[in-house]
Amino acid sequence: MAAATMAAVRKALAVDPATRLSADRVQSIHAASLELLDDPGIWCTGERALAVFEAGGCRTARVSEGGRQDGYRVRIPAAVIERALESAPDEVVLGARDPANTLVLRGKEPKVYFGTGSQANLVLESRMASFRSEEAPEQAAMLPVYSESTGSIAHLCRSAHLAEHLSNVDFFIRNVNAQDESIPSEHRDVNIYFAALLHTTKHVQGGLESLEALQPMLRLAELVATDGAEPGGANPGGANPGHADRGATGRDGSVRGLPVSFIACPVKSPLQMVADTAEKVVAIAEADVPLVISCSPQGGSTAPIQEEGMVAQINAEILAGLTLAQLARPGCPVLYGAVPVRARLDNLHDFYGAPEFVHYNLGCVQMARSYGIPCYSSAGVGDAKRPGMQATVEKLPSHLSVAASGAQYIHYAFGLLDRTNVFSPLQAVLDDGAIGLVKQVVRPCSFSADDLTAAVEEIRSVARSSGVFARRVRKQLRRGVVGDAYAFADDGQADRVLERAQRKLEELYQLEPRRLSDATVDRVYAAVPGLIDRRMFDIR
Amino acid sequence: MSERDMLEEIRRSIIMGHLDAEDEGFDGSMEGTPGTVELVEEALEARTEPQQILTVFNAAMEEVGRLFEAGEYLLPDMLASAECVGEAMDVLEPHLAGTADTQKGTFLIATVKGDLHDIGKNIVITMLKGAGYQVRDLGIDVPADDIVAAVKQHKPQYLGLSALLTTTMTEMETVIRKLKEAGITDVKVIIGGAPTSEEFAQKIGADGHCRDALEAVEKLEALRSAS
Ligand code: B1M
Repeated sequence: MAAATMAAVRKALAVDPATRLSADRVQSIHAASLELLDDPGIWCTGERALAVFEAGGCRTARVSEGGRQDGYRVRIPAAVIERALESAPDEVVLGARDPANTLVLRGKEPKVYFGTGSQANLVLESRMASFRSEEAPEQAAMLPVYSESTGSIAHLCRSAHLAEHLSNVDFFIRNVNAQDESIPSEHRDVNIYFAALLHTTKHVQGGLESLEALQPMLRLAELVATDGAEPGGANPGGANPGHADRGATGRDGSVRGLPVSFIACPVKSPLQMVADTAEKVVAIAEADVPLVISCSPQGGSTAPIQEEGMVAQINAEILAGLTLAQLARPGCPVLYGAVPVRARLDNLHDFYGAPEFVHYNLGCVQMARSYGIPCYSSAGVGDAKRPGMQATVEKLPSHLSVAASGAQYIHYAFGLLDRTNVFSPLQAVLDDGAIGLVKQVVRPCSFSADDLTAAVEEIRSVARSSGVFARRVRKQLRRGVVGDAYAFADDGQADRVLERAQRKLEELYQLEPRRLSDATVDRVYAAVPGLIDRRMFDIR
Repeated sequence: MSERDMLEEIRRSIIMGHLDAEDEGFDGSMEGTPGTVELVEEALEARTEPQQILTVFNAAMEEVGRLFEAGEYLLPDMLASAECVGEAMDVLEPHLAGTADTQKGTFLIATVKGDLHDIGKNIVITMLKGAGYQVRDLGIDVPADDIVAAVKQHKPQYLGLSALLTTTMTEMETVIRKLKEAGITDVKVIIGGAPTSEEFAQKIGADGHCRDALEAVEKLEALRSAS
């Protein structure tokens, strides 16, 4: 890609990747995954996926296995997987309403972007209230009080607006499950994406609830990509509707892509391909739109709990999905979607604060890098039910180590509590602060031999004179090697983290929304069926 | 081995979650020794009263429940014990036919159409088998019509529905409506899954809502004694 076209894209965090697995272990996990894909292979019920696998040279056999509906065993030979890995592009471009927010992900490059994630059913809103001790009335404190409500389009709009203004959010996965009863189920997809696209100029990603929504969704994305340009122009500034290279580098060498991409989970652990989602994978691959092949086995219930077993299995499952996509359309842009979680041992619910959540994810990042495919990874979910200390402590190990591993695309990173069931805007602001710190921690070491010589000279000189280096710090500040404090640290004795974060949240809510132009909104309403009354998207 | 010792062995084996000779049991030391399945087969061969064996199953599971409540057992431990009982029931059942209190009843369960989530449903199944119910699993993504057909075919006393998505929980209402349309009124429907609630269960006309698998066992016991 021409260097000149890269200047316009969103800056990623470059790291020197920390690794957990040795090269030998990466190789042996790859071999174990291939072995699993050959025996037992993938259990598959979908006719469409089956046809793609058969045409691609996989062996299939109809089977009836204990208790399950009838299906097929698909044995995917190693050679087919290797070919799929070769055809999957190592570069995926995710466009955005604002071209400066375009993301470029390269499988071999450890450059990190952070984003939101999941589809929380509940939204936890907060405000500060003052409290006074009953025993000692002179003791007062400001503490947050909360109200929980069912996710709606209004919440999603506010959340997209917040993501737009949080500086460490690089992309927006629709993070609230909008459950407005007024939206008919067949039109949920377009409304959910429109709510997001209307309020953020960053890349928007999510699942597709209905395959019928794919074409209207692409129409919506194309119209949004041309926001601000004259309609009917030769190439109205955004992604070219119908362009074969959607989501990749344009033929003219410019880095543009649709502002939208998708996530699908074609494999249910362990090793079962699901008809409905596999069909979505094939259709999205054929449309050549970037797609995350996401798998979420749970160590201890749907996958082995030990990391070698988990990573071998999830890797096999992702490779199966990726192979399906590449067989459907060789060269289609895919992300290696790793969402490996561990089960709690008292109720088998997900357990994100577990150390293994980090171990599993680090393994996946290395597997993806060994294939040269960008990694959609997971970090930053809390098991805690409320924002604050427990949540932040649970999130930090994954925020820090997954970023340090150089995963290209880290989802789940903002505001998720109670194991992804709750989205808290206040926690999202806290997470933004924590990620700001993480980015500085994992900043690679940048000194050269000259810098070291200069440092020795500095020590010599100061040691002979004042003994104080403070004056010299200014130069290092200019060099960009001195980090900032935690965004919500207090200067005094009091710990006012929540109060400060809440204030910041309220300030961000007050900022002018960066909405699509009225002309684009009109065009969208004229072309995309099923959108609800436009006033429902208004956050003012 | 005396009959008493034999029954005590079965009890111990269940508490240790020792399924069969291939299984290593709670403390990893039991591989190669007869597990619950083999012990029950042995007891039946020695003409132990099947009803007595059933009583041991219940007593053992009560103890496992106590250990779980006390925090000594984790959920995988409890599930291992429930699995022992579930498998051993398959061995015992043909011998119980005709005797009083042979079965607590048949329970049919499905994850509703459009929904693939089954981790929770599978826990419910294991626990209910462990509690002595005959369980039939219809699987995931099951259309309402198939559920109604299965209810007609198997005539269960209880039907369990699971949904994890707000977009699929409404399907439960469809199932209940279709059951009514088919004139089926004698099956008790209980539901579960993270987005569901007691209010939702009432709204759609279900007979109960279960927060988790333990509550599913309790709800069924309550429905059973009420009937
Ligand atoms: C009598 O009958 C009874 C009685 C009691 C019953 C009962 C029936 N059923 C349940 N119970 C009760 O007892 C059980 C035991 O105590 C309990 O069961 P639970 O199931 O609640 O608890 C289990 C022990 C542990 N919990 C779970 O197993 C669910 C965990 C989460 C993370 C989850 C998982 C694991 C998965 N997922 Co899914 N998934 C999520 C879940 C988030 C969450 N935190 O809940 C949720 C449910 N998923 C979600 C989504 C969006 C999706 N998932 C999808 C897929 C998957 C996987 C396949 C990857 C995997 C399922 C694997 C499997 N074998 O089940 C997709 C949907 C596929 C489909 N059509 O169903 C997909 C759409 C993702 C995509 N973009 O493709 C969200 C739903 C949002 C919504 N719309 O409502 C979600 C809340 C996560 C999130 N925050 O985004 C009780 O509820």
